[in-house]
Amino acid sequence: MDALIAQLQRQFRDYTISLYQQGFLDDQFTELKKLQDDGSPDFVAEVLTLFFEDCVKLISNMARALDKTTGTVDFSQVGASVHQLKGSSSSVGAKRVKALCVSFKEYCEAKNYEGCVRCLQQVDIEYKALKTKLQDMFNLEKQIIQAGGRVPQVDIN
Amino acid sequence: MEVCNCIEPQWPADELLMKYQYISDFFIAIAYFSIPLELIYFVKKSAVFPYRWVLVQFGAFIVLCGATHLINLWTFTTHSRTVALVMTTAKVLTAVVSCATALMLVHIIPDLLSVKTRELFLKNKAAELDREMGLIRTQEETGRHVRMLTHEIRSTLDRHTILKTTLVELGRTLALEECALWMPTRTGLELQLSYTLRHQHPVEYTVPIQLPVINQVFGTSRAVKISPNSPVARLRPVSGKYMLGEVVAVRVPLLHLSNFQINDWPELSTKRYALMVLMLPSDSARQWHVHELELVEVVADQVAVALSHAAILEESMRARDLLMEQNVALDLARREAETAIRARNDFLAVMNHEMRTPMHAIIALSSLLQETELTPEQRLMVETILKSSNLLATLMNDVLDLSRLEDGSLQLELGTFNLHTLFREVLNLIKPIAVVKKLPITLNLAPDLPEFVVGDEKRLMQIILNIVGNAVKFSKQGSISVAALVTKSDTRAADFFVVPTGSHFYLRVKVKDSGAGINPQDIPKLFTKFAQTQSLATRSSGGSGLGLAISKRFVNLMEGNIWIESDGLGKGCTAIFDVKLGISERSNESKQSGIPKVPAIPRHSSFTGLKVLVMDENGVSRMVTKGLLVHLGCEVTTVSSNEECLRVVSHEHKVVFMDVCMPGVENYQIALRIHEKFTKQRHQRPLLVALSGNTDKSTKEKCMSFGLDGVLLKPVSLDHMRDVLSDLLERRVLYEGM
Repeated sequence: MDALIAQLQRQFRDYTISLYQQGFLDDQFTELKKLQDDGSPDFVAEVLTLFFEDCVKLISNMARALDKTTGTVDFSQVGASVHQLKGSSSSVGAKRVKALCVSFKEYCEAKNYEGCVRCLQQVDIEYKALKTKLQDMFNLEKQIIQAGGRVPQVDIN
Repeated sequence: MEVCNCIEPQWPADELLMKYQYISDFFIAIAYFSIPLELIYFVKKSAVFPYRWVLVQFGAFIVLCGATHLINLWTFTTHSRTVALVMTTAKVLTAVVSCATALMLVHIIPDLLSVKTRELFLKNKAAELDREMGLIRTQEETGRHVRMLTHEIRSTLDRHTILKTTLVELGRTLALEECALWMPTRTGLELQLSYTLRHQHPVEYTVPIQLPVINQVFGTSRAVKISPNSPVARLRPVSGKYMLGEVVAVRVPLLHLSNFQINDWPELSTKRYALMVLMLPSDSARQWHVHELELVEVVADQVAVALSHAAILEESMRARDLLMEQNVALDLARREAETAIRARNDFLAVMNHEMRTPMHAIIALSSLLQETELTPEQRLMVETILKSSNLLATLMNDVLDLSRLEDGSLQLELGTFNLHTLFREVLNLIKPIAVVKKLPITLNLAPDLPEFVVGDEKRLMQIILNIVGNAVKFSKQGSISVAALVTKSDTRAADFFVVPTGSHFYLRVKVKDSGAGINPQDIPKLFTKFAQTQSLATRSSGGSGLGLAISKRFVNLMEGNIWIESDGLGKGCTAIFDVKLGISERSNESKQSGIPKVPAIPRHSSFTGLKVLVMDENGVSRMVTKGLLVHLGCEVTTVSSNEECLRVVSHEHKVVFMDVCMPGVENYQIALRIHEKFTKQRHQRPLLVALSGNTDKSTKEKCMSFGLDGVLLKPVSLDHMRDVLSDLLERRVLYEGM
């Protein structure tokens, strides 16, 4: 059993490190993990759930705003949503999403329609990808716990 | 014998002669009868006549004499025998009585004479008594005058008034023509006419003091009669008055303060006298009476006493004025000193502020730099920069602290920290410079040195850094060794006895360098502020000279001692200090290796129950911030809009974190409204901190202008939030980059 646990832990560690290295996550995520304790054991999960819900909502807002069929494009509204998304993503440490939001914002300010649409698509892809990855990470954690081990603290630096 | 009983007269009767005899006898008889009557009448009238018996006798005698003479009337003619018989009887009786009376008078007349003499004596006595009474009355008058004079003289403490009053009163009492007072001049060689009663005197009228008449007067305490022609008495214009009145002079001792000893009447060895000259009116033939002279002497004494009192008073008034002046001057000096201190403090505060701003820019940018993609070496460099700038910020605080240190108002910030790590950090900081100078540094930690200790980490690091830094600074070649050990009771300094108590120990750090060394004579000067030894080698090293002074003060605050040993110039020196540190109980727990448990309870319980309000429109970041604060033990309330924030905020919330990421100023307005809300109340308003996406200068300025107490860069790390909360609660203000 210990071998299994050790193996799972190693897998978990490698996977987490890869996420960081690939730029999916940044230090903020580490901080987030620090806030999880016996008082709030599912803190990270809760936050991430909220984040993804937020993503869905904001992305649909942006899609609607960028829909030319309803009239003129309201860039300010798009910008507001982007701003929100940027804030959310930086709060959870979603690095790539945040980076995308930064450039998305520039396009909004420049009122570059194509750029915005492009960014929107990318954001959509990114957050879904992140969601999948994080899902996998959580599954690994669950497996470790079920196997009786403890989730290792991964030191990125 | 004839039978006729007639008696014949002896002589023949001469008619005329007989007639005359007859008449005379008659008148004698009448007179002799009336005298006793008169006597009786007058005796009866007066009561005091003592000799009544004599009077009776005398009366009888007179009566009988009268009877005899009366009967004699009948014998001029022929008379019968009966008449002769009666006559004879009468004569016999008269003889008897007169003899008795004569005998009686022998006794009485001396008495009467003596009465007379006594009467005369008494009269003389009465006259004498009258005279004496007159004298006494005069003396009484004089006494009254003296008392009144004294009273007048002593009623004032003004020198001038005393003297003037004396002269006036004396003049009045003794009815003087002129009264003058001569005072000795400053040189003491002359007497100057200072006061006169009636005549205006020319200014600066002086006489030399060595005149014989003056010496005579000064030689005795009595009033002396002097000649009216002597220089001191020649005041009046000679105007044909021949008989100048008598003049009397008396000395008036001028007593100094120093004459009054405790049990001593003042010695009159001062030999400073004034001369009082009194002149009777001319042409009055008045003489100086003894009692008048006595009066003058008494007055002179009184004047002396009054003058000395006036002198004492003058002295004390002068002293009081002097004290007041000094008081005013001291007050001014104190106020100036206070102003100077305030100015210095203001200056320090402003300078600190000015220095802090670029400092924080460095810290902020270094922190930001840390966030970017860096190679490990770059990361190390950036970390070093960050650590150094933090240290510099601490140093700036300490410059301000130094002034607080001198007031004694600085306190150590105790905390638990890792001693071993501290040393390693210090060495890491110094290593770059040491490497450049090619000075190897070795660290030697004693095996029994505790790992986790309680003390002021920042300041201890500052002390070690200062000492090691000095060692590096002043060494051109050789090596530096740093040794840390737990010290036992035998120490070098004899006046410092080290007693390690249960939960405390004394850390000793020895830093040995092989540099220029120090002249043993200069060692005491090292710890004084701003003093630097002037050897050529050290001149180029710069530095403010504050380091050792500050270190010494910190070491003293830590109940320790610091000293430097050197074998002389060129032989290097060793800096040694002891400080008292507490042993942390955590040293046992933290020795376990492996996965450190995430502490269930927040490590800084000082935040437990701290009520905080978080305002953020973004649900995710709101949740994250809340989680952060809850993890630190705070009681968090969240709101998602400005209005809700304003509604919910209360005096129970100590801090309000508000997200100001949204462009525009609406978010900042909330700060102003919160200010407003709390100025109306008496409660202290919560601290307002903005959470913003950037913390550049404009953002910070904006925050400051809207009355926010600080701004934080989102997202905030756990450690940073912890530090921020500590700082905030301590200083009530936070303006940092990150």
